[in-house]
Amino acid sequence: MESRDLYQDIILDHGRKPRNFHALEHPSHFANGHNPLCGDKVTVFLEIENNVIKDVSFQGRGCAISTASASLMTEVLKGKTLEEADKLFKAFHAGVTGGEVEAMPEVLEDDFERLAPLEGVKGYPTRVKCATLAWHAFEAALKSGEVGATVKTE
Amino acid sequence: MSALLDPRRVKQDFPIFANNPGLVFLDTAASSQKPNVVIDRVSDYYRHDYANVHRGVYRLSARSTELYEGARETARRFLNAADASEIVFVRGATEAINLVVQSWGAAFLKAGDEVLITELEHHANIVPWQLLRDRIGFTIKVAPVDATGGLDMAAFESLITPRTKMVSVTQLANATGALLPVEAIIRLAHAQGAKVLIDGCQAAPRLQVDVRALDCDFYVFSGHKTYGPTGIGVLYGKRAILNDMPPWQAGGDMIETVTFEKTTFQQPPARFEAGTPDISGAIGLATALDYIESLGRAAIEAHEGALTEYGMDKLSRIDGIRLVPAGQRRFGILSFAVEGIHPHDVATLLDGKGVAVRAGHHCAQPLMEKLCLDATTRASLGIYNDESDIDALADALKAAQAIFAR
Ligand SMILES: Cc1ncc(COP(=O)(O)O)c(C=O)c1O
Repeated sequence: MESRDLYQDIILDHGRKPRNFHALEHPSHFANGHNPLCGDKVTVFLEIENNVIKDVSFQGRGCAISTASASLMTEVLKGKTLEEADKLFKAFHAGVTGGEVEAMPEVLEDDFERLAPLEGVKGYPTRVKCATLAWHAFEAALKSGEVGATVKTE
Repeated sequence: MSALLDPRRVKQDFPIFANNPGLVFLDTAASSQKPNVVIDRVSDYYRHDYANVHRGVYRLSARSTELYEGARETARRFLNAADASEIVFVRGATEAINLVVQSWGAAFLKAGDEVLITELEHHANIVPWQLLRDRIGFTIKVAPVDATGGLDMAAFESLITPRTKMVSVTQLANATGALLPVEAIIRLAHAQGAKVLIDGCQAAPRLQVDVRALDCDFYVFSGHKTYGPTGIGVLYGKRAILNDMPPWQAGGDMIETVTFEKTTFQQPPARFEAGTPDISGAIGLATALDYIESLGRAAIEAHEGALTEYGMDKLSRIDGIRLVPAGQRRFGILSFAVEGIHPHDVATLLDGKGVAVRAGHHCAQPLMEKLCLDATTRASLGIYNDESDIDALADALKAAQAIFAR
């Protein structure tokens, strides 16, 4: 696999100019993700109302892969129900770890497609955690609510 | 004759390169590759001479013991220690430091005492002291780096006081390649009555080390960074100091007599080598040390010194690359930042070109914090590297920049 396939334009773009890159003032949920091995740090903020992700944002420091992944994640999660978000997470995780990806319901197909550029990391076992860090923080935020939490990936 | 090192010939001694064509290995600071002589010696030992040591009456065990103790003598020579009994075989530098902390430290440190380390230390020379401090209540002082990335000697000197009982410092900082003035450090420490431990992990494979000339009290290094096997390392301790230290682990081999009421212990080094040791590791390490000697320590030092200069020059000519400051003298290790590209992305992109480097905090998080870096990319040299490896690194860095410049 060529480096250029991993570092596609969309990844470089989101790595340099991450979207939704700020804190939420009144998050209903948030969590910190930390990869102690490489020092990548991300905080994911959520505003959830009636089971729907009204708003989602993140802050942090990390490599292009982890920043782009967090950025793309916030884009696809906005407006999703928690069930839909969970489906996307599971499919994304399977995709980047080389697992079996379940077919997406039609409404999520486009969103899942947006995450496809990150699938390149499956050829780089040491980089998979960069791609999943924000998603693990998202999951931890859901569980811990407004008190926040910290997850580590190593 | 002070022969020059011929890295092309040296490379042929290391089968990893023939088995991985195109590999540009620049991560020797993490662990070195192994020459054929070491790989062969370990398997030959198992094929011809293996038995447990210090136990059997039979000849095979006696031969194995002789080889193991011969390895100790080789390590003594490598460090120019006065006596082989000053060489304790351990798993590596980490275990060596933990041994000193848990045996010497627990016996001789008390509340109110101070242990002085530096900001340039590997976690292995920070955390063991913290664990003991939490039990005993002494203070850990940390000598800072100055603006050039070297140890701030004025600050260091002011931090040594009569309360300082131990000064534990690296000779060569693994995260940045900064060389520390250990001779001066040892003199200043001894003047205040403190003991000195030198972490020689990065220095032992690169520099000529003479523990008697240094007059350090302890010196530690890892075999796997010194072209030897994993799982073996050396703790050197002055005889008189080791004599006064209590055992730290207990079991077979380290005792004199055992009754259920009272046990008496062996003299050093056996006192500190409980249980069956890593016999093949020690023998393999001795072969590695002999191999290093056969190339010539002075030749290695000259070669890696020149290659470090070459690398600094080459990298400083690339726009957007900034070497992490490493004080007055950088040796064998080039730690750098690439503008606009995170070290992990750099390392992945270099790997795509067959160039193996390390990216991360290099087990020196406090130093990274001080230098305001989350991580760096680190290229480190070994005896098999030459200018072509540095050239490949520079080319791969330019290619990485091109990919990110899109
Ligand atoms: C300066 C220094 N000290 C200690 C260590 C720990 O060595 P080991 O992991 O072999 O015990 C290292 C290895 O990374 C090092 O570079």
